[in-house]
Amino acid sequence: MAGKYRLKSGEVPAESFFLEICGLNKAVVELNRVCKDYGGQRALSDISLTVADGEFLSLLGPSGCGKTTLLRLIGGFEDCTRGSLLIDGQAVDQSPPEKRAVNTVFQNYALFPHMTVFDNVAFGLRMAKKPAAEIEQSVAQALELVQLAGMERRRPTELSGGQQQRVAIARAIVNKPRVLLLDEPMSALDHRLRKQMQKELKQLQRTLGITFILVTHDQDEAFAMSDRVVVMQHGQIEQIGTPMEIYEEPVNLYVARFVGDINVLDGVIREQTGPSTFKALVEGAAVSLKSMRPLSLGQPIHLLLRPEDFRLELEQDMAESQDLSAKFQQARLKGTVRRIFYHGATYDVEVALESGARVQVTEFFDDDSENLYFKPGDSVALGWHEGWEVVLPHEK
Amino acid sequence: MKNSSSFRRLLIGSTYFWMAGLALVPYLILLGASFLERGEGALVSSHVTSANYLHLLSPTVFSMALDSIGLAGIAALLCLLAGYPFAYVLAQSSAKLQPLLLLLVMIPFWTNSLIRTYALVMMLKADGVVNTLLLAAGLIDAPLQLMYTPLAVFIGLVYTLLPFMILPLYAALKAVDPRLLEAGRDLGAGRVQNFIKITVPLTMPGIIAGTMLVFLPALGMFYISDILGGARSMLLGNYIRDQFLVFRDIPMGSAASVTMTLAMGLLLLLYHLASRRLGKEMLQ
Repeated sequence: MAGKYRLKSGEVPAESFFLEICGLNKAVVELNRVCKDYGGQRALSDISLTVADGEFLSLLGPSGCGKTTLLRLIGGFEDCTRGSLLIDGQAVDQSPPEKRAVNTVFQNYALFPHMTVFDNVAFGLRMAKKPAAEIEQSVAQALELVQLAGMERRRPTELSGGQQQRVAIARAIVNKPRVLLLDEPMSALDHRLRKQMQKELKQLQRTLGITFILVTHDQDEAFAMSDRVVVMQHGQIEQIGTPMEIYEEPVNLYVARFVGDINVLDGVIREQTGPSTFKALVEGAAVSLKSMRPLSLGQPIHLLLRPEDFRLELEQDMAESQDLSAKFQQARLKGTVRRIFYHGATYDVEVALESGARVQVTEFFDDDSENLYFKPGDSVALGWHEGWEVVLPHEK
Repeated sequence: MKNSSSFRRLLIGSTYFWMAGLALVPYLILLGASFLERGEGALVSSHVTSANYLHLLSPTVFSMALDSIGLAGIAALLCLLAGYPFAYVLAQSSAKLQPLLLLLVMIPFWTNSLIRTYALVMMLKADGVVNTLLLAAGLIDAPLQLMYTPLAVFIGLVYTLLPFMILPLYAALKAVDPRLLEAGRDLGAGRVQNFIKITVPLTMPGIIAGTMLVFLPALGMFYISDILGGARSMLLGNYIRDQFLVFRDIPMGSAASVTMTLAMGLLLLLYHLASRRLGKEMLQ
């Protein structure tokens, strides 16, 4: 766990700052306070988002959170009920999909079944009335890029799911769009193929330098591929940030729970000891916390900790070693090991705290010991690496 | 399990039984009769001959057959032109509206088509609804001659056969994945290009099926040309009907029927081969 980089609490870079550090100053897609209603139902409310040129952005959320609607809005398949949408600085609210420099890889690929692979990929170029020689060359290049050279004469129905997806990608990128929209493109692939396609897509995005906007409900996928992730819920953006920010500095319980395992402990602020340091009572134990948030005395809080954020030691070891107990100065919760879950490189320890709360702790195997260090029934001390905690105001 | 499988066998078996009893056997009788001669007292004599088929190649019969095919072809084309937009609107309309529109297509079937053809006479005759309305509107000074014209025959054929065009087209259009049309738009195709490049090729099976379903009956619907066209336009259907019912020449009528069926079968076979070859070429 050592060497885990983390931003100081609350140090969330502003969007413009992000664009600067990535050398991506130009905005390709801009949404300003966009709303979308379907027959009185609000699908998207007040979405403001800037997508930088060359960026890989993921829209992450459960089904029905509005991420696909947002993608369709950018693609031109839906109109904004309110707000404005700009692509390359031009308002495109009124432009139909065929007039937008945006192409989509559809969830089911939507390949034309009556056309060969070549005709599928050439479709956009033919619509743009490109000369035949150029079309031939561009299609060959695009198929080469997605490793489908030689498949020109096949029909989509003769291809595997992975190959169909490659055709769908080639069909989109051959038009050299400013933005490529990907609507859960990997959802129909099996686990291994999905991992491979993720790598290839990321590689492709680097090669082409095209802005990618990916819709997914898979946190791993979003994190593995994206420069930035937009976490959505109920038609609203909950948080925008780099995968690391989203994971380590979730702005609320929803985001925290959606991206990976997390332990939520309840507590109350007791005392402010510095500009960003507090003393609090968490699950019955007095602890010190760091947070950039303005927290008032007596305020109920959530304390969020990832399973790998914890320190866990046996109580009997603690009694024997001064050095060890020194690491638990800021926080020392008492508990009992309940269960162990073996995962290969790591193992999870389920600990019941004295307060009754249960937490999951991820431990790595020691270099010099192949045995599990903890066993059910052990009395343990639970702390965490200083500053790795996230403090949120208590949510109902 | 055993019960359900024997029940299934019974159901499927009875279908075959009906097909054999009501279609295959009569057709074999027809085929046999077409090679016989007209009998003096009996319906047919036992003398085997191919004269009936040779007679079909005589200029009068042959040109009548060509006219008939032309007429049926135009009727099929008119049905396609009228039916496609309707089927398109039908397939695009809301889920609530579709059953209602389909019902409107089906309602005429509740009345015998012969009766509906007589109803058309009421519409088209000199003092019929159409002429009365046009006169009242001041669009014409004298009643138009509509009855006993080719136009009346076309009106009758299209009116009667349009549902047979609309239904397969509707089914084909419903089967077109709207996401393909979105993909087309996404790739820069406008609505018209989308229609030409995606909708039409994908609904081609429906177009072919509808055209066949209109063209083939149009060849044989003798009563429409009888009632609306008078004696002027002779169709293959009329010819066959006359052989059986007027001239009592059963072998001749049978030969004409068999030839017509063979021609239709050949047409279907050609279509099948063409589509398969087209498919293969695309694969190479």
